[in-house]
Amino acid sequence: MLQAARLGLSAGGRELVRALDLSLAPGECWSVLGRNGSGKTSLILALAGLRSPQSGAIALDGIALAAHRRAELARRIAVLLQDEETDFQGSVLDYVMLGRYPHSRSAWGRDGEAAAGARRWLAEFDLADRAAQGYRTLSGGERQRARIAQVLVQDADILLLDEPLQHLDLRHQAQVMRTLSRCASGGKTVLAALHEPGHAARHCGFAVLLYDAGRTSLGRSSDMLTQANLEALYQCPLEAAGTGNFLPS
Amino acid sequence: MKPVPLLVVALVPASLALAVAFGSVDLGPAQLADALLGRGDEIAREIVWGVRAPRVLAGFACGGLLALAGALLQVLLRNPLADPTILGVSGGAAAGALAAMLLGVAAAGMNLAALAGASIAAGAVFAFSLGRSGWNPYRVLLTGVALASGFGALVGLMLSLAPSSQVQGMLFWLLGDLSPAGDPRAALAVLAACTALAFSQSAALDVLILGEDKARSLGVAVTRLQSIAFGCATLATVAAVLLGGSIGFVGLVVPHLLRLSGVYRHAALLPLCACLGGSLLALADTLARTVAAPAELPVGVLTAMIGVPVLLVLLARLR
Repeated sequence: MLQAARLGLSAGGRELVRALDLSLAPGECWSVLGRNGSGKTSLILALAGLRSPQSGAIALDGIALAAHRRAELARRIAVLLQDEETDFQGSVLDYVMLGRYPHSRSAWGRDGEAAAGARRWLAEFDLADRAAQGYRTLSGGERQRARIAQVLVQDADILLLDEPLQHLDLRHQAQVMRTLSRCASGGKTVLAALHEPGHAARHCGFAVLLYDAGRTSLGRSSDMLTQANLEALYQCPLEAAGTGNFLPS
Repeated sequence: MKPVPLLVVALVPASLALAVAFGSVDLGPAQLADALLGRGDEIAREIVWGVRAPRVLAGFACGGLLALAGALLQVLLRNPLADPTILGVSGGAAAGALAAMLLGVAAAGMNLAALAGASIAAGAVFAFSLGRSGWNPYRVLLTGVALASGFGALVGLMLSLAPSSQVQGMLFWLLGDLSPAGDPRAALAVLAACTALAFSQSAALDVLILGEDKARSLGVAVTRLQSIAFGCATLATVAAVLLGGSIGFVGLVVPHLLRLSGVYRHAALLPLCACLGGSLLALADTLARTVAAPAELPVGVLTAMIGVPVLLVLLARLR
């Protein structure tokens, strides 16, 4: 159970999140929605223990995040960062297997079990035939899938994903969302920053909305993702999605 | 084992053997073999064991240390142009050594002065770059470069003030020269220790390539890792500079040669850097000793002459 209490976040002198109480339980899938710059990334970085919040506390199983050892935290929480500066020169398989680092004991950081797990996730994301290829030869969308595979190979019970759907085509957007929701059904905790309310409504049971000036609201997706709420959130008029709205099923 | 690592490992005994076999005095194969086994002519034995072997091993240690430091700094600073001179340590050592020469201090004092200069530079880089929130690689780079150019100015001043009889010795030091290297055992021990220490962090260094945040989220204690690796690179650079002066290009080129040949996992890259850097410098120093024998060329000139075209060819082939 990952819990934030009276969480306050700000960036560049702007208040992003004020007094947010959030508790993420096993089996729950959460979406984080908000306009650009509304604090989605800051929230994920804080929940991952990568940035200290301006105020409030974050606890994993009742113990403050900062009191956990890094190595131990890495076996509990996996994070997909929004961008990654990488000069990684190895193969796609090697790249994905770096996600096993928290579990590996050898200086070589690899073992047979890890390779099998990595190949399974690569196959899940249609990358099986890319395993031996250089990571840098992948397209943007393929890289994104390899990055998600790396997060899943980490085998943590809490998955925090910052825009997991960026660069992905429709087929793979649906595939990733299905995988994430399956992880949640299997007992993991999932929280993903998304830009598609449609995906959030279909695959995530819960939603956090980040409005301007630190205001937040959260609850069940069915209650949160209403036309009125979303129009207020994105500050633009929306049309009710009827038959003309195609979402991959 | 893949061909590249195998080749690099095989190069170590081959380069050492070649380097011992050639020198300003021509020893025939039979005489050489006898001397190596500790038999035969006493003069040949003295040339092989007393003169060449220490010099060759000093070259190997120096090259290995520089390449290892270069590889570590390139990951830590996430900058492919990083090499041991970037820490300002070489500049500090050069300023110290030249000041000692100018004051007419004996060789031991010169080494001490070089060590003092290097320590001042390293201390300054560390003091400016290690804050409460950990290491700041940008500041390492900027303080290192600033210090290096500051020391460069001091070195220039000392060169212009020095009596002409001293200038040649100073220039040799600055270009990198292994002739005054002396006993290589301490440097070899430092090379072994630094390689082992760096190797123990190799899996974490692989993860660090993904960026500091990602590495933290995967359980790497990033600040601790950076401290170990910066410390290791600094120690290696100081040891190398005290041995051979400012020898350039080995630290920059050798890690790239290996990466461009497909060795990128640090568990393989770091030990192979030590091997290849050592072998190449031992060979370059053999050329430096023999090309214009009995005169000697500064080995740093040869490493530049060899290193630059090799890297350019490899880069062109990759395009």
